[in-house]
Amino acid sequence: MKRYTIVDIPKPERIGRLVDHLYARMPEIESARAVLLTESYRQTEGEPMILRRAKAFEHILKNIPIIIREEELIVGSSTIAPRGCQTYPEFSYEWLEAEFDTVAARTADPFYISEQTKKDLREAHKYWKGRTTSELATSYMTPATLLSIEHNMFTPGNYFYNGVGHVTVQYDKVLRIGLEGIKGEARELLSSLSVADWDYQKRSSFLEAVIISCDAVILYAERYAALAGKMADGCADEARKRELLQIAMNCARVPAKGAQSFYEACQSFWFIQQLLQLESSGHSISPGRFDQYMYPYYKKDLDAGRLTREFAQELMDCIWVKLNDLNKCRDAASAEGFAGYSLFQNLIAGGQDAQGNDATNDLSFLCIQASKHVMLPQPSFSVRVWNGTPHEFLMKAAELTRTGVGLPAYYNDEVIIPALLSRGLSLADAREYNIIGCVEPQKAGKTEGWHDAAFFNMCRPLELVFSNGMDKGVQVGVRTGEVEELTTFEQFYDAYKKQMNYQIELLVNADNSIDVAHAERCPLPFLSCMVDDCMKRGKSVQEGGAIYNFTGPQGFGVANMADSLYAVKKLVYEEKAFSLAELKRALATNYGRGIDADTAAAVTAQIVSELAKSGRKVEEDEVVQILKTVLSASVTEEEKKRYEEIRNQILAVPKFGNDIDEVDEFARDVAYTYTKPLEQYRNPRGGMFQAGLYPVSANVPLGAQTGATPDGRLAGTPVADGVSPSAGRDVHGPTAAANSVARLDHYIASNGTLFNQKFHPSALSGREGLEKFVALIRSYFDQKGSHMQFNVVSRETLLDAQKNPEKYKHLVVRVAGYSALFTTLSRSLQDDIINRTEQGF
Amino acid sequence: MDETYNYREVQGRIFDIQRYSIHDGPGIRTIVFLKGCVLRCLWCCNPESQEFGIQTMTVAGEKKVIGEDTTAGRVLDIVERDRPYYRRSGGGLTLSGGESLCQPEFAKALLYGAKMRGINTAMESMGCAKYEVIEELLPYLDDYLLDIKHTDPQKHKRFTGRENNLMLENAARIAQSGMTRLSIRVPVVPTFNDTVQEIAAIAAFAGRLKNVYRLHLLPYHRLGQDKYEGLGREYRMKDILPPAGEKMELLLRTAREASGLECQIGG
Repeated sequence: MKRYTIVDIPKPERIGRLVDHLYARMPEIESARAVLLTESYRQTEGEPMILRRAKAFEHILKNIPIIIREEELIVGSSTIAPRGCQTYPEFSYEWLEAEFDTVAARTADPFYISEQTKKDLREAHKYWKGRTTSELATSYMTPATLLSIEHNMFTPGNYFYNGVGHVTVQYDKVLRIGLEGIKGEARELLSSLSVADWDYQKRSSFLEAVIISCDAVILYAERYAALAGKMADGCADEARKRELLQIAMNCARVPAKGAQSFYEACQSFWFIQQLLQLESSGHSISPGRFDQYMYPYYKKDLDAGRLTREFAQELMDCIWVKLNDLNKCRDAASAEGFAGYSLFQNLIAGGQDAQGNDATNDLSFLCIQASKHVMLPQPSFSVRVWNGTPHEFLMKAAELTRTGVGLPAYYNDEVIIPALLSRGLSLADAREYNIIGCVEPQKAGKTEGWHDAAFFNMCRPLELVFSNGMDKGVQVGVRTGEVEELTTFEQFYDAYKKQMNYQIELLVNADNSIDVAHAERCPLPFLSCMVDDCMKRGKSVQEGGAIYNFTGPQGFGVANMADSLYAVKKLVYEEKAFSLAELKRALATNYGRGIDADTAAAVTAQIVSELAKSGRKVEEDEVVQILKTVLSASVTEEEKKRYEEIRNQILAVPKFGNDIDEVDEFARDVAYTYTKPLEQYRNPRGGMFQAGLYPVSANVPLGAQTGATPDGRLAGTPVADGVSPSAGRDVHGPTAAANSVARLDHYIASNGTLFNQKFHPSALSGREGLEKFVALIRSYFDQKGSHMQFNVVSRETLLDAQKNPEKYKHLVVRVAGYSALFTTLSRSLQDDIINRTEQGF
Repeated sequence: MDETYNYREVQGRIFDIQRYSIHDGPGIRTIVFLKGCVLRCLWCCNPESQEFGIQTMTVAGEKKVIGEDTTAGRVLDIVERDRPYYRRSGGGLTLSGGESLCQPEFAKALLYGAKMRGINTAMESMGCAKYEVIEELLPYLDDYLLDIKHTDPQKHKRFTGRENNLMLENAARIAQSGMTRLSIRVPVVPTFNDTVQEIAAIAAFAGRLKNVYRLHLLPYHRLGQDKYEGLGREYRMKDILPPAGEKMELLLRTAREASGLECQIGG
């Protein structure tokens, strides 16, 4: 039985205007939440933390300014300014204060902030000294952990300074029984407790906190009902007046009660989605399987003739716009790593139901359509693909890809479901997975996955092998011996594994420290009442209330390490083309290209430390002298030539991404140096660590902190993106690259892998182009790849490719009758293609 | 075919293998470019394909050897790597060139080997060889993508170096055989064949053939320009611009009317 039609719906006029309104100004930082939070905390000193959190949430929702924006059908805004953001000093605040005067002018994700807001925040921040999660987490970390963070071995910054987010709650439950239903459950559980139970104190406080939080949200919705009613009274436009009255009726009923219509379900969904993000600052709060839990309301209204497909589409488009109204200000460094104001609210369509049937329905298609209508980065729209996915659905998704919006991302049920089973999920739960944030699979409403627990740069431990564990003059890694003395490749590889294992241990220490700090200082009662089994267990997700618990830090640089270790194996140990001593010097001088100021400072620190170790006291004057010497010590012409030759030899060695079995199997093993050790560790919530292999956009800023690597990569340049081959190293086109990537073990990286491919729109032109594109996805998935996303390039990208061909060696374009690699084309032909890009398909 | 036929060891000369080709036959394909051609088309975008001999061409400032002697087995091992993509898209191997018929034994080994491995086969060719040579390949060829560039023998000779009589005759015989799915491909080259009359004449010819599956109009492009320089040759079509979109649409309508066939722009 077909549960969908594929007829497109035109974009409603309202949507363009909503988008314009949202993007009219630079987003702004507001202080209301921080001020109200602090007021409440000052009143509740000494009470159980979970109740303090609930009361603060209540105080905020009672008093925070509210607004209904022009023409909105779905209401609820966390800030008065469109796309504004509130702040969350309970996690960290010092960075924000330090960046008050630069945040509006920075290049990545700038925010306007008024002088009054700065003043209000400064005042509020006075309370938070010594009370934040990040301060507590820091005090839990071992000195070695802090040292490794300082030396950029890994970066747990996300949860270190912010809320966790990264969750999908039981939207379906709220739609069904409303928050009053959830409150009812809490009351029932409370009444079943005995005051003499050993855990009465904790459980009763948690359940009370749930009731307070639900009441706060109901009250907040009622404020919107009143505002809409008031606005309707003063509205001269009859059509808008009717809309406002409808909004008032919706907000008076949901999310307090179960939804009675599709429209109410949309409004109810939105309040939950919005307020989860006002409770804590975590990003990647993901709507998940929207097409599944909304479908019953859609179907019922449609069958009863109360709803048209067109109006359902308009409401969904409105939600898609609203998802871009939420925003978050990150510190300058993190903003680089998560560039694009992204909140990673991942919404996924298609896939299987709990019984293993195909679940694609009409809303799955309307989701694609909504993304096409709004053409905005949120939601992070994804589709699930399995052998039973309807071809028509994939074709529609491919049409969206062709627009160049970078959506959707494609996920492979055939890998993800078994991977989740291997992590202890039930078959029904695994089949119902959705994606959190970028690529992280989990079961909604049952999981606290800590999916984005850290960035782990796999290149740094290799640097430590060359320095016997030293970095900038400090012993950061273990001593694996002088690199020149590693006489076999096995010894060399083993040294790398030792450095990896040690840093992984410290990473676990960092994550668990932060985890404990969140449990102690920021348990979240509202979020927790929509995740099983928090209510029954009487504890928050932060304290281990969820059924499934994971910690998923992501590694990146697999391609660089595979290529590096392979080159060392081939050239140093097998062909003896050069020695490790020579390679060490080549790397230290960035293949003879010399040393920049930062590297010089690091080398100086190293020398000073060695002198100090040998018992010599080094005066400040002498340090300056050493630095000068290092800076001026130019590499001799002869050395330069030799290191360039070494680099050329390295570049000639086969690379990952070209469908060469020997290299790809090697890469698979190298990825295990990260994914396997992690599996043995546990988190404080009773769950395990599981690896992801993806970098968000951190491969660029973190690459800047990484020296030259033995794969020929120069110091400071980006590290490879996700599990993709190093940029420009794959030269046999998209199928060869996909074959290589598929040969990695995607099952063990159960926190997700990310594979990016770039195409020119002409490669997807016409019906046939789309068919072949869909076949490419299917074929990669047949070979057990887990995720794929596509960058269909713009004119700007092609211009950049002309300037920097080395970055775009794998870019496929269609040339008249056939496809070709863009960078191999003549300049005049490239110009022809660039001129053609804008002409559509 | 004889049980003792060892296609793997048959030798031949290629100058490129291009994977994920999506406009040269059905589905996702791997194109194997055979070296050596009978024609010398002025607009040829692969001038390095014309000589059978191994050459040196300057590519992006560096000398590159063009041409590699290999075996059908080695080539097919590469072709086979994209089997998952062929399976999903109905794609396979496409022979191109040059003119594959210049290396008939090698072409046959490749096509035969592909069929033995369950891979779909196509060949882009001008049909410029004795029909007996072509006939040998047809049992192993799923799609014949046959170039017809002009109907006028003299003009054909001026622009390609040879008259077209043999090719037109072969086209009729290939069509008549019913052993392969035949598509006609027409490179649309300004100053050579881009008038309504010339395209109509080609299309009418194609329309008279039996069993033609499709007619493709391939707009001229300048992909080859730099390669002429790299080979130390003069590019004689320097001043020719690719045909405009509107012009192609007009010629497409012309081709449809004159042939009565399913026609399209591009491969």
